[in-house]
Amino acid sequence: MENFQALMQGFELALSMHNILYMILGVLLGIVVGVLPGLGGPNGVAILLPLTFGMDPTSAIILLSSIYWGALFGGAITSILFNIPGEAWSVATTFDGYPMAQQGRAGEALTAAFSASFIGAICGVLLITLVAPLVASFALRFGPAEFFAVYLLTFCSFIGMGRENRGKIGISLCIGFLLAAVGMDSISGDMRMTWGSGELMRGFDFLVVVIGLFGVSEILMTVEEGLEFKGKNARIQMTVVLKTWAQMPRHFVTLVRSCAVGMWMGVTPGGAIAASFMGYGLARRFSRNGRNFGKGEMEGVLAPETAAHAAGTSALLPMLSLGIPGSATAAVLLGGLMIWGLQPGPLLFVEQKDFVWGLIASMYLGNLAGLIIVLLTVPLFAAIMRVPFGMVAPLILMVCAIGAYTIANSIFDIWLMLGFGIVGYVFKKLDYPLAPMVLALVLGDRAEEAFRMAMLGSGGDVGVFAANGLVSTLIVLALTLLLWGPISDLLAKMRGKMATE
Amino acid sequence: MTAMDSNEDFDEAVVRPAELDPEADVPGISRRTMEICISGVLVVLGAMVLVDSYGIGAGWSEGLGPESGYFPSRVGWIFLALSVLVLVQAIRRPSDEVFVTVPQLLQVVRVLVPLAVYVALIAPLGIYVASALFIAGFMMIVGGSRWVTVLATAILLPLLAFWVFELQFQVPLPKGPLETALGY
Repeated sequence: MENFQALMQGFELALSMHNILYMILGVLLGIVVGVLPGLGGPNGVAILLPLTFGMDPTSAIILLSSIYWGALFGGAITSILFNIPGEAWSVATTFDGYPMAQQGRAGEALTAAFSASFIGAICGVLLITLVAPLVASFALRFGPAEFFAVYLLTFCSFIGMGRENRGKIGISLCIGFLLAAVGMDSISGDMRMTWGSGELMRGFDFLVVVIGLFGVSEILMTVEEGLEFKGKNARIQMTVVLKTWAQMPRHFVTLVRSCAVGMWMGVTPGGAIAASFMGYGLARRFSRNGRNFGKGEMEGVLAPETAAHAAGTSALLPMLSLGIPGSATAAVLLGGLMIWGLQPGPLLFVEQKDFVWGLIASMYLGNLAGLIIVLLTVPLFAAIMRVPFGMVAPLILMVCAIGAYTIANSIFDIWLMLGFGIVGYVFKKLDYPLAPMVLALVLGDRAEEAFRMAMLGSGGDVGVFAANGLVSTLIVLALTLLLWGPISDLLAKMRGKMATE
Repeated sequence: MTAMDSNEDFDEAVVRPAELDPEADVPGISRRTMEICISGVLVVLGAMVLVDSYGIGAGWSEGLGPESGYFPSRVGWIFLALSVLVLVQAIRRPSDEVFVTVPQLLQVVRVLVPLAVYVALIAPLGIYVASALFIAGFMMIVGGSRWVTVLATAILLPLLAFWVFELQFQVPLPKGPLETALGY
């Protein structure tokens, strides 16, 4: 029960006046970020990260993680009211949410989406509360070889479980690693891949890359589609909320199923996007009302939202306990930890108890605050969408430029941001996934260091990665995940051939 | 009931100019060309990584262990192999899809050019004046706003940014002659 006490202390910390204010501010900013195209979870957190350099780490992460919760809630608003997903993870919410709005049941759809999000998030936080300390204490025994194996497992599961072309996922990961390697090598002091440029000596800061890849490119995508937004106001009345909540228990099985899918996809880096589609797909297949999906079935809103939030929250579990983020936003938060001088990984639970439990407590409170705020403020945020795009787009780009500049007070970084914006635009259109790149960029140095330490310890013998049961299990698991995709493709092909013969 | 009483606006919640309709038959760059170009660039990048990594030493040095090019060179080989794989896939794909149509591309250029000018102006003018010019320019290019709105937005947003960053968070941003003249 030691952890329970620590959690209670965490609540005390999170419930202090200024932390609650940061929480509310974060959720509000997060909803804006979720609603506006061009500002996403990873980008929104990246832009605001430099502002928190001077803050106390606990308050800083409460502010930033609240932005994450807000963004998760906000994505649903535009999906339901405008049929435009504010975030990639709310694409599946449009399938039934928008038809419900068309039938005049927008209030019901929004309430369902927010409540489902809340349930999913709370399940994710419970998982973190119960499992993260165990994982962390287990991981305390890890040496460099084990850590490298865990990193390898993360990267392999990206390739094995991704939905995109596997070659492209691999390329994206490699680019991340190579970008991380640019600049001065921290061990030998050699210049790597700078091609004589002084500006590149510092290397690529992941925040600049994130702002370009996720922010600028998103604006380019939006203008290309030439979208103009038109929608109606939505008010949520208390009676509708209560009526919707009364219906929720009927969909208990769907909620549980989506939570499970979400937690699994969040811990393994499948991510919230894949989770929301899987949650929706499974619900359609197993629900008694499966045939009505796509025509405005409430279950079709509940399933993807629960899964997306459960995944988005669970993605913080490996980040906290192992130092490995389960999503792009978690990767940015991890980068924040390092900037505030905290060493992410299992030691965090020992050395920074207050910080960890304060954060976990703030997850409960932040999501509760998020649910209340979002139910109350929907009309306000629906109105944001009616601000002309010609006004919103330069504002977002200006904020992106300021964000890129403040990281290192360098105008060169703004040019880099612009460059990565174009890269992101082209890559998105060609289905190169961006999340693996960010993940590899954030983890690249750490993975390389673990690899070099392990090799150094063994005197150059690769056998160190099979030296004991733990590390060899991890490596075998990683390779299985890596090969799982190609092998199952091959099997499916063979079966297809057999069937045609 | 919520405020969603009438449905008439809903069928057209998303308005798309006809020439930007992805289904429309307009000239553009094919996806196959683009795939080939990009994977070609990646192959070249992979080769550059290998040249650099082997240049600084990708082997084993006594005492220090793996040299600084050791890890990048291995990642570089995987990168090169995957890029070649994707390049081959790209060459073999039928050229049916359109990557971007000319009107779409023009739309993107209308944002990219002002953005590049904006970034170029930040160093000489400071970020606030450059932002004001950028916002005004962008809104006029996109059109649809009255000039009063354009002017107000272009002046108020940078002022707001100044208040938030310089005064509240005390984050110094690039400043130009105007700020110096005003004493900041």
